[in-house]
Amino acid sequence: MTTPAAPGWLAGGSGFVVELDAFSGPLDLLLHLLREEQLDIADIPIARIADQFLRSIHQLGLNQAADYLEMAGRLVRLKAQMLLPRRPEEDGWEDPRAELVRRLLEYQQIREIALWMGRSAERRSEQYARGYLPPPPVFPPPPLTLDIMDLLQAVERVIAAIPSPVLHKVVARPLDVEGATRRIEALLEERGEIGWLEALGPRPTIVDLLSTLLAILELAKRGSLHITQPAPFSPMVIARDATRPAA
Amino acid sequence: MTPLAQLLEAALFSAARPLTVEELGTLDADATHADVRVALDLIREHYDFDQHGIELVELAGGYQILTRPVHAAAIERAQFSGRTPKLTAATLETLAVIAYRQPVGRAEIEEIRGVSAGGVLRSLQERGLIEVVGRSEGMGRPLLYGTTPLFLELLGLRDLSDLPKAEELTIALHMHQATGDTEGAEVTVAAES
Repeated sequence: MTTPAAPGWLAGGSGFVVELDAFSGPLDLLLHLLREEQLDIADIPIARIADQFLRSIHQLGLNQAADYLEMAGRLVRLKAQMLLPRRPEEDGWEDPRAELVRRLLEYQQIREIALWMGRSAERRSEQYARGYLPPPPVFPPPPLTLDIMDLLQAVERVIAAIPSPVLHKVVARPLDVEGATRRIEALLEERGEIGWLEALGPRPTIVDLLSTLLAILELAKRGSLHITQPAPFSPMVIARDATRPAA
Repeated sequence: MTPLAQLLEAALFSAARPLTVEELGTLDADATHADVRVALDLIREHYDFDQHGIELVELAGGYQILTRPVHAAAIERAQFSGRTPKLTAATLETLAVIAYRQPVGRAEIEEIRGVSAGGVLRSLQERGLIEVVGRSEGMGRPLLYGTTPLFLELLGLRDLSDLPKAEELTIALHMHQATGDTEGAEVTVAAES
């Protein structure tokens, strides 16, 4: 048993058209079943037909098609209604199948007209008008038939097409050791002695802090400055090495 | 061929669509509609009598010069012209409902066909075979659809009365009354048991 390729509407996507090879809808399928069994439309054995209908849509893999399921639901409900006991003398009993029969007959008539129209179109297509006419341009549906989703999608497309402004995020360049060294030398040049926290500058980042510490240690190692701590736990004070002339 | 017939023949030859008697009448201020009809008959008889490969066809409320069906196969084989693609069952059924019930809303079409009709309606509208002719007074004021002259052209009909009448159909069913009720249908169905 081979599975036919899933039609477009099964593959997902809205607005499907149930245009299977064999059936153009649940009424079509129902008529087919009745014809197959040579049953009278006016006296449908609902229980039998309902079972067959369910089996058919299962076989056809139509489970996702809401239209078919709706009809299946109707048939099952009718089946239940037909099972309800009723007294023969009961008047005013309305055959629950009447509505379905009406729809089937109506649909059958439409189908006959559709066939007639198909033949007419076929005949007409055997006659050519003069010259080649390009096919009419395909216009989008007029605005009135737009639903809100179409509209929102269109808005989204327009917005997506707007070029976004090029934004630069300006990041403050972190202070590196060299920079910190120059900064400390400059400060000592000016004042001779500073608290080390002053060397950090306003709102230091962790990088600034480390760079400054490393710079102080480096300068101290070179002997360019002295580090003193006036009291335990008090901030370090750094001072220019007085023995060396300022550069 | 009279001078008027010659003029009309030229106009029909140049036109890309069927031309109505009124339109043809504007070609000659002195010609009445009756004159136009006489001239059109003349053209038709001329084509038929001399067994031309073309004929004058009454179509979609007007007249058009078309090739005769007998040459269709040869023209198609030579690929001078292509046949319009066949209409699908869904398309034809939807057109049938609209043609007979117009003006008709989407809900009624779906009720009759038992399937959703949105996609088919849109494509029919895009092809110019149906158009929105109004809005129903009902809830949500749904759009009402009707067929276009292009629909008649596609089927080769002179007008909507060319469609088969209810009594001509094998399945007799009361046609839709203008009042919009479908009660009539139940009468024929009543032969239960």
